[in-house]
Amino acid sequence: MSSTVTSGGGRTVKARAGRPNAVWALPAVLFFTFFAVVPMGLAFYLSFTKWDGLGDPKPVGLANWQKLLDDPRLTQSLGITVLLMVTSWVFQTVISLLLGVWAAGRQRNRAILSGIFFVPFLLSSTAIGLLFYALLDPNFGIIRENILGSSSGAFLVIVFVGAWQFIPFHTLIYQGGARQIPEVLYQAAAIDGAGRYRQFFSITLPQLRHTITTSTILMVVGLLTYFETVLILTKGGPGTDTAILPYLMYEAGFKSYDFGYASAIASFLVVTATGLSVLLVRLTGFGGMRSTREGM
Amino acid sequence: MESNRGRSTRPTGTAFSRRWVLGAGASALLTTGLSACGSGEGSGGGGDTVTAFVYGDDAVKVQAAAATRFNKSAAAKTAKGKVKLEKIPGSDYSAKLRTAMGSPSAPDVFFNWGGGSIKAYQEAGKIVDLTDIIENDPVLKNGFLPSVLAAGDLKGRHYGIPMRGMQPVILFYNKSVFAEQKIQPPTTWDELLAVNSKLKKAKITPFALGGSDLWPELMWLEYLVDRIGGPEVFKRIQDGDAEGWGDPAVLKAAEMVKELIDDGAFGDKFTSVSYVNGGAPAVFAKGKAAMHLMGSWEYSTQLGKFPDFAKSSLGWAAFPKIEDGVGDVRNVVGNPTNYWSINPRTKNKDAAIAFLKDCASEAYAKDLVALGDVPTTSNAAALLSSAPNPEYAKFQYEMVQQAPAFTLSWDQALGDELGTKMHTEIGKLFTGKSTPSEFVSACKELK
Repeated sequence: MSSTVTSGGGRTVKARAGRPNAVWALPAVLFFTFFAVVPMGLAFYLSFTKWDGLGDPKPVGLANWQKLLDDPRLTQSLGITVLLMVTSWVFQTVISLLLGVWAAGRQRNRAILSGIFFVPFLLSSTAIGLLFYALLDPNFGIIRENILGSSSGAFLVIVFVGAWQFIPFHTLIYQGGARQIPEVLYQAAAIDGAGRYRQFFSITLPQLRHTITTSTILMVVGLLTYFETVLILTKGGPGTDTAILPYLMYEAGFKSYDFGYASAIASFLVVTATGLSVLLVRLTGFGGMRSTREGM
Repeated sequence: MESNRGRSTRPTGTAFSRRWVLGAGASALLTTGLSACGSGEGSGGGGDTVTAFVYGDDAVKVQAAAATRFNKSAAAKTAKGKVKLEKIPGSDYSAKLRTAMGSPSAPDVFFNWGGGSIKAYQEAGKIVDLTDIIENDPVLKNGFLPSVLAAGDLKGRHYGIPMRGMQPVILFYNKSVFAEQKIQPPTTWDELLAVNSKLKKAKITPFALGGSDLWPELMWLEYLVDRIGGPEVFKRIQDGDAEGWGDPAVLKAAEMVKELIDDGAFGDKFTSVSYVNGGAPAVFAKGKAAMHLMGSWEYSTQLGKFPDFAKSSLGWAAFPKIEDGVGDVRNVVGNPTNYWSINPRTKNKDAAIAFLKDCASEAYAKDLVALGDVPTTSNAAALLSSAPNPEYAKFQYEMVQQAPAFTLSWDQALGDELGTKMHTEIGKLFTGKSTPSEFVSACKELK
């Protein structure tokens, strides 16, 4: 896709020849349409029907959406989801930022350690869920307390397990971001007498602000669809205390076989996730793509 | 209802795969749905072949033998059909059946739990009413215990043929612990409370309970409501009257459950303990808990995981009587058995029916007995002496045979939607998130 190689009179012709036209995007567009847009549209359609998976969906108008608004479990679930998001964001961001900046150093041991840190991300969520389930077994596990059976315990375990799994990924993002920061900034700061903490807060952190946005959006949207760990570790329990939105959707769809209502929850999730990421991009100025290196 | 599905047929060892297959959730289902749609061929597959979906656990050997036997039989030649068994991992049986039945590659014959579990199928016209067929066929009509045949009914009509062992809920106890503590299995509620306090003094949890699975908790309510108010209380709820939850027996049962919990009858960690991953059975087998209220499959679970315990120390008894309750102490709750049903869209109904008749045969019953199950056929009693544990088989058979009422597990009777919501309310009651009266009013709202 080199387009600006030539100059002078032949420029437009040659550039047009080398530039990909719309057809090039067709496979991706088709793929996206078939596997994302169509199912999403179908789910949205189903949210206006009553369907138990057998027979044909029966149109019920806004009944499922009315039910969604009236459902006390939705309110509870939203609360839990938001709490999970905030707690997990703070926990994961602080740790992965620090780890990432540390790992951006050039020493050999750091590369090896970063490799090891990355291992949890490579395991499947299910394997991780089962692993922690076994470790936390109240009678035969490592920690023999009633952790998953108590509300706060179950919640904190979900935060912790999510962090354990995803911090490696975000660490990698921060490591990459931190390595992009020009060395000269630190050299200049050192000459001015700035210490390590001053350097971190005045150079590293501001230079990483787009990385923070990227990582935050991935985290927030990821947490909105966080599911397997909850299913395996708590099944939304004790009671309904860890029933986050995706779990509520799963329960309505694949346990109650009320696919209409499950689709309403799914549509709600899509709208919320899209809205949240757009909002985050706007608020952080990420969309403007201002360079982090302005003023250099 | 992933969890209670496992319960109906020995859940041992299938738990994780069930969870993680369903855990993949939408994607797993989507894949199933797509592949089911993709095959295109109408039900009945290749011409006259009858496809049968079955829950694929250890007990599936019996159905596999039946299919082989049938395919070689004269009946198969007359009906010009053969049976092809599709063993579906127990983990995703329910969801897979649901998806397949909505697609062109639906099975001709399918395994199910009777009652509410087939209600949606009946309403969608995807299940054959077998009442007249059974009435007109002496083999089917006289082949099974009438109460078991009736237990899977919907509004007095038969939709299924019994095809697995009976699964009553039994009060199991650890004989060694009972001998050490010099106690007897309780026959009344007062005795149960006395036994509890003696056990607690000895630092032994009275009852193992897999509370994180919810359905083991349901078993307590099922028996308590039956003993306090009789089987009519739940019958009314099952028949669609949600006000039936307001019966004083339900409140009383919920209060008794709360007293047991507050009293430490289940220990203080039961909400983290699971049955399906083997937690509760292990607690019980290792003597940390003295009793376990569980379905009859507990015996084979223990035989598989802790054979020494199963052979030497595992005892069994009926659920105790409640002093001022009106329910007969001989009443039983649980799953009468599993059933075969027929898809109306089958191309070879004769072959399907001929195959189902094999379930009433002696060869079929013998296979079940050899596996440790108690068949629901009328000739079962004579075969029990060849069971792995004849004494246990006989106890189970007589328990069901003599029961004035056999209440189908509530979640199975109510169907998926109500059953799932009820599980949630039961979970809240047992974790103390709701009081007994809140539990009752929440259940009355279920619809």
